[in-house]
Order: sequence, then C-alpha cells, then structure tokens
Amino acid sequence: MKIAAFLTRRRVAGRRIHWTDIVAYGYLAVGVVVMFGPVLWLVLSSFKTPAGLLEFPPSLLPMAQVEVTVPGQPQPLPLFRTTLPDGQVRDLVQLRRVGIVAQMADPKDPTQTFRVPIDKREPVRAFAMATGNYTEPLARFDFLRFLWNSIFVTVVATAITLLINSMAAYALSIYEFPGKGFAILTVIGTLMIPITIILVPVYLVVTELRLVNSLWAVILPGAATPTGVFLLRQYMLTLPRDLIEAARMDKASEWQIYWRIVMPLTMPALAVLAIFSVMWRWNEFLWPLAVLTKTESYTLQIGLNAFQGELQTQWHYLLAMTVMTLLPIALVFVFLQRFIATGIGNTGMK
Amino acid sequence: MADLKLVGITKSYGGLAVIHGIDLAVRDGEFVVFVGPSGCGKSTLLRIIAGLEEVTGGDILIDGVSVTRLPASDRGLAMVFQSYALYPHMSVRKNMGFALENMRLPVAEIASRVERAASMLQLTPYLERKPKALSGGQRQRVAIGRAIVRDPKIFLFDEPLSNLDAELRVATRKELAALHAEIGSTMIYVTHDQVEAMTLADRIVVLRAGRIEQTGTPLDLYNRPANLFVAGFIGSPRMNTLPATVVTAGPDGGMMLAGREIAAAVPDTLKPGDAVTLGIRPEHLATVIPGDAGRSQASDLTVTVDLAEQLGSETYLYAQTADGNPVTIRQAGQITITRGNRIDLLIQRDALHVFNSAGLRVAQSATETLG
Repeated sequence: MKIAAFLTRRRVAGRRIHWTDIVAYGYLAVGVVVMFGPVLWLVLSSFKTPAGLLEFPPSLLPMAQVEVTVPGQPQPLPLFRTTLPDGQVRDLVQLRRVGIVAQMADPKDPTQTFRVPIDKREPVRAFAMATGNYTEPLARFDFLRFLWNSIFVTVVATAITLLINSMAAYALSIYEFPGKGFAILTVIGTLMIPITIILVPVYLVVTELRLVNSLWAVILPGAATPTGVFLLRQYMLTLPRDLIEAARMDKASEWQIYWRIVMPLTMPALAVLAIFSVMWRWNEFLWPLAVLTKTESYTLQIGLNAFQGELQTQWHYLLAMTVMTLLPIALVFVFLQRFIATGIGNTGMK
Repeated sequence: MADLKLVGITKSYGGLAVIHGIDLAVRDGEFVVFVGPSGCGKSTLLRIIAGLEEVTGGDILIDGVSVTRLPASDRGLAMVFQSYALYPHMSVRKNMGFALENMRLPVAEIASRVERAASMLQLTPYLERKPKALSGGQRQRVAIGRAIVRDPKIFLFDEPLSNLDAELRVATRKELAALHAEIGSTMIYVTHDQVEAMTLADRIVVLRAGRIEQTGTPLDLYNRPANLFVAGFIGSPRMNTLPATVVTAGPDGGMMLAGREIAAAVPDTLKPGDAVTLGIRPEHLATVIPGDAGRSQASDLTVTVDLAEQLGSETYLYAQTADGNPVTIRQAGQITITRGNRIDLLIQRDALHVFNSAGLRVAQSATETLG
C-alpha cells in the first residue's frame, strides 16, 4: 500500500492528477527506458540460445522452440503448429525434412505421420531460459580465475591508489616546501596525460621490469590518478589550518599529522575516491589488454574479449558473462550510491 | 615556566612589512596581553613566538636560548587557538593526550596527566565525548586542557574567548585568571577586547600597525596613556578628546576649550598658543545641575545631549560641544536628562590628559614618568 502510494505521488497530495504530473511521469518513464532498457535487453538476451539471439524479428523474452521426446526417437524433436491439407490445425513433431517438405508425426501417436510443406507450419515456442550460457563458460573457461584476477586487481589497486594519492595530496596541500606550486603543476600535468598516449613507453618500462603478464603490471602504472590527487588535495585544503598547526604545536611529526589527523578527516573524500577507483579498475580494458597476454592472468574484461573471435563471436556466452561482470559493480552502486552522492556533494567534485 | 625575550622582531610578506622591530621581555610567570585593533599584527606576533610563522629578522629567546630557527614542535610552547582547533575525530581524552603520545610518555603517565587536567577544568564527565558533543565553553576548556597537560614553558592564547557568548566570556575570563594564579606559568594572550586585557593582564602590550605603542600595567595604561591611540583604545566608553589651545603654561595655567578659557595646570614644556588635545575620561566629567545654588565655580564646558543611556546603576550621556565634538559623560545613578538638553560640565583637573600636536602625552609634572 505504501509503495503504491509512493509510486503515485502527485504534485499536491490527494488532488486530482495535474497535467504536470503526467508530464513528470512521462519524462521519468522515458528516462527509465533510455537508461534501463539496454541493461534489461542485455539481461534478457543473456538467457537466449545462440539461435534465439540471431532470429529476426527479435523477441524481447528468451523464447525457444518447444521440443518433445517421442517414443522410438533418440533425440527430442521440435514441435510445430501445422495446418494439414484438410484445414485441420494440429501440434506435430518433425521427424525429418527433405527440401521444402517435412515429415511430421503426432507426438502422442508417433506411428501417425504426415507429409507437410514447410510453409504450412509454424514453430511452437515457449519461454525458456538458456542457463547453460552461464554454467558452460564457468566450466569450460577458467572464468573463476578471471574473476579472482579482477577482484585482486581492483582491491589491491584501490588500496594503493588511496594510499599514494592521499600522500601526494598531503604534500601538495598541507606540507610546506619551496617550489610547491611548480610541483603541483608538474604532478597534475603529467598525470593528466591519458594512458592511450603513453601506452607504448609505459609498456616498454613494464617489459623492462619483467612485469608483463603479471597483475602488478595492471595495478602499478595507474595507481596515481590525477582525479584522485586533485580531489583529495582540494578536500585537504578545506581542512582548518588551525588543526594542522595545533598538531604541529602538539609535537606531531609530518607523518603523524598525515596519518592521525589528516587521513581520518579526509574520510569522505577517500570514500568517494575508493568507489570511483573500484569502478575504474573493474571496467579497465585497454591497458590490461596490452600487458596481459596469457589466459591465466586475464581479468574479466579481457576474458570477455576472448569470446569475440576473429571468425565467430559466441554472443550467448559473451552476454551472459557481461551480466556477471556487471553484477559486482551494480551492487557497489546499489549499496553505496548514497555515499557517492553525498561524497561528491561534500567534495565539490562533479 | 620560562621567560621570553623578543629582540628586534620584523616580519614582512613579500615586500609588505607587517611587524616593524618589536622588542619585548616577558618575565617568568607573567601574564602578558597583546591588544590592538584587528590587523595590528598581534596574532602574527603570537604565531611568530609559537613558531608557526618565520621571522624576517630579529631573535626570539626562551630562557636565554635562541629558538628563532627551531620549528614549532621543538619550542616547548602550547597554544590555544581562537577556533579551539580540537581534533574532531578524537575523544576529549585523545585530544588532550595527543601531544603526550607524541612526546612518547608512558601510557600511565598520559592517563594521570589527562585526568588531573580534566578534574582541574571540570571535564572529567566528558572525557569520552567527541568535541561536537560539547558546548562552546566545554570545548574551550578542552583546548586549555590540551595545553595544560603538556606542562609547557609558555602558554599562548590567540583570542580564546571571542567565540563565546558574553556571559560565558566573563565566566571563562575569571577561570583563566584563576588558572594563571594556580599554575603560575608564563602566559601570552592576544585579544582585541580591551576589557579582557584590563582584567587579565599583569602587563598589557598595545600594538598598532606592527609597532608597540605602549607597554605597562593595566592601570598604568589607563591612567597615563602614552599617546592618543592608547588613550582611545584603553577604557570603555572611550576617552573624550577635545582640541584646545594653551593660553598660559605652568601650574596655574589656562587653556581655551570650546571658546571658554579654563584654568588648569599646563606642562611647562608647552608655550602659549600651542594646539593641544585634551583627553578626559567619561567618568571625570561632572554635570552641574542647572540652578544649583551651591555651585562654586563656573562650568568648564557646555554640551547638548544627543542620547542618554540608562543602565540603572549608571547613566551614559552622549553629547556634543558647540563646535560639534562628541563628548561622552558617565554619571553614577539615574538622572533624567533627555535629548536636546544643554548641560554644563566640570572637568576633574587631576585626571586631565594633555597631548601635543603629534598626539603624544605631555607629562604633567617632572615626577610623572611614562609607563
């Protein structure tokens, strides 16, 4: 009851529906379709068989032709709604097909057979979930390994990102040293260069360090992010200077000021950066693709790419595993979106 | 406990000089108040002593040892900030113990010092609370407690009472005075409020635009202000200043004030015709009740009342002379004078301050020395 009341709220409670209510709901509905439609389409399609994915016109729900096990036949046979020459419409299974003529049989009485032109029948379809899309890759490919690699990269990289970004931000906001302005420009300026531009040199460095095919090759080069350093620096600048000076008077060393005063007070910004870092790392594609070439070191995103062959793409597996990949990040969003919203509000980042 | 000596302290930001050579000696156990209008450099001077600002020139000595190049943490001073600067994520106990942890004292020693300070400041029930769960006065006491536990050489206070409401400010002021009496440490206190300065200080340092205008005990400054600035700054309501001209110098001299010649002792250093400024505190003006038969001498000044403030125990009259100079008069008790009334005033002669054309005090006699 409460939910129904919530979902039918109006501009003025209890009044008749105003035209603005209709416009508002219409606008929101369009938004839902535009944003949620593709996701829904993905999830539904991930349960379709390969044939179901390729059929035209496409169906929204995963449908499959009904197959019936008939006595005397080793395989289940496809069921068709058939119009017989005498005008009678019956559900028959197809025994075999020669050219444009099919030999059909009554599933209840397989001895009764009919010869029917194929344009006189239509497949009987029913809602069916091809769960094999999910179970088969998990068994046939080392998908759990990919999942573990992704989790490892995400967690470790986020931890390192938080630590070194906050240290850089501390140095650039609170620690006083000559040439600070220049240091800020250099650090932020070089970090701003996207990985696509420095892909080759960074790859060479990684090769020299013999890190290719190691997950550390994915984790380390992207650990310092301009967004992270800048976000934390701006937040730290808003901390009252008196607090830092009080800590200095209290004989705290720079490390103690950083670790015991600044870090606890920067928690809201750190939470925002952590959420962003998890999303970036989980979805990262280009750089892992470059440095991870062995199957056992693949992350999920690279593993997904493997379904896309040169000659053939296994769309059913690809879609199912895409859903799998989306789930953790969706869960992060569902549970933490409150923090993201307030955190971004607090840090002034958009 | 320690004494402090400032020698020729200067400070400039870029090309802008804000402190112009301050020399000051603070004795062990003394309560010194820096007072002055905002922007006079008093907070900067305190931060220089604390080590939070570097000096451009000069030397800071604590117990005779130069600390000019030492960082704040190694000077052994404690500071109470205007904003209290309590660590918001730490309990009161942690806030007070933080410095002791940094000094690597044993846990038992930290606990006992914190509890001692807490009981001294009546904070014991709040030790486990976070600062945001405390009232303004309690936060202030935590900030003071944080300084006390360290047993610093010198306490520095940067306008510690300005965030409190009037009533609490008076109460905390008394507590601070009691605290100083109890622990007897050297304390340096910055304020823009001359009442705080008068009530707390052993010695007041009046600053203006990065220079010391006068140093002395509160009553020294009140009774013998060295110049017009100190005269106007110390005392509330402020001292009346009226232009006058010397007619005759000497103990039985005379001056022209608002078109009337008044008899007063005029320092011998002045010559007839010199323009001077007379300083008269509001309580040193007496009204002459019109038609008072017992009046023994002619009035010194006639003013028109603009506003009368009745405070019950006393009355403040805000008036102006015929030539438009404002005059404030403090009268004990309740008197009924309304706007537009003309009243005659008598000036208490021994409380008359004479300033020369440069705004400096002219000594009334050879025995009087500047504070």
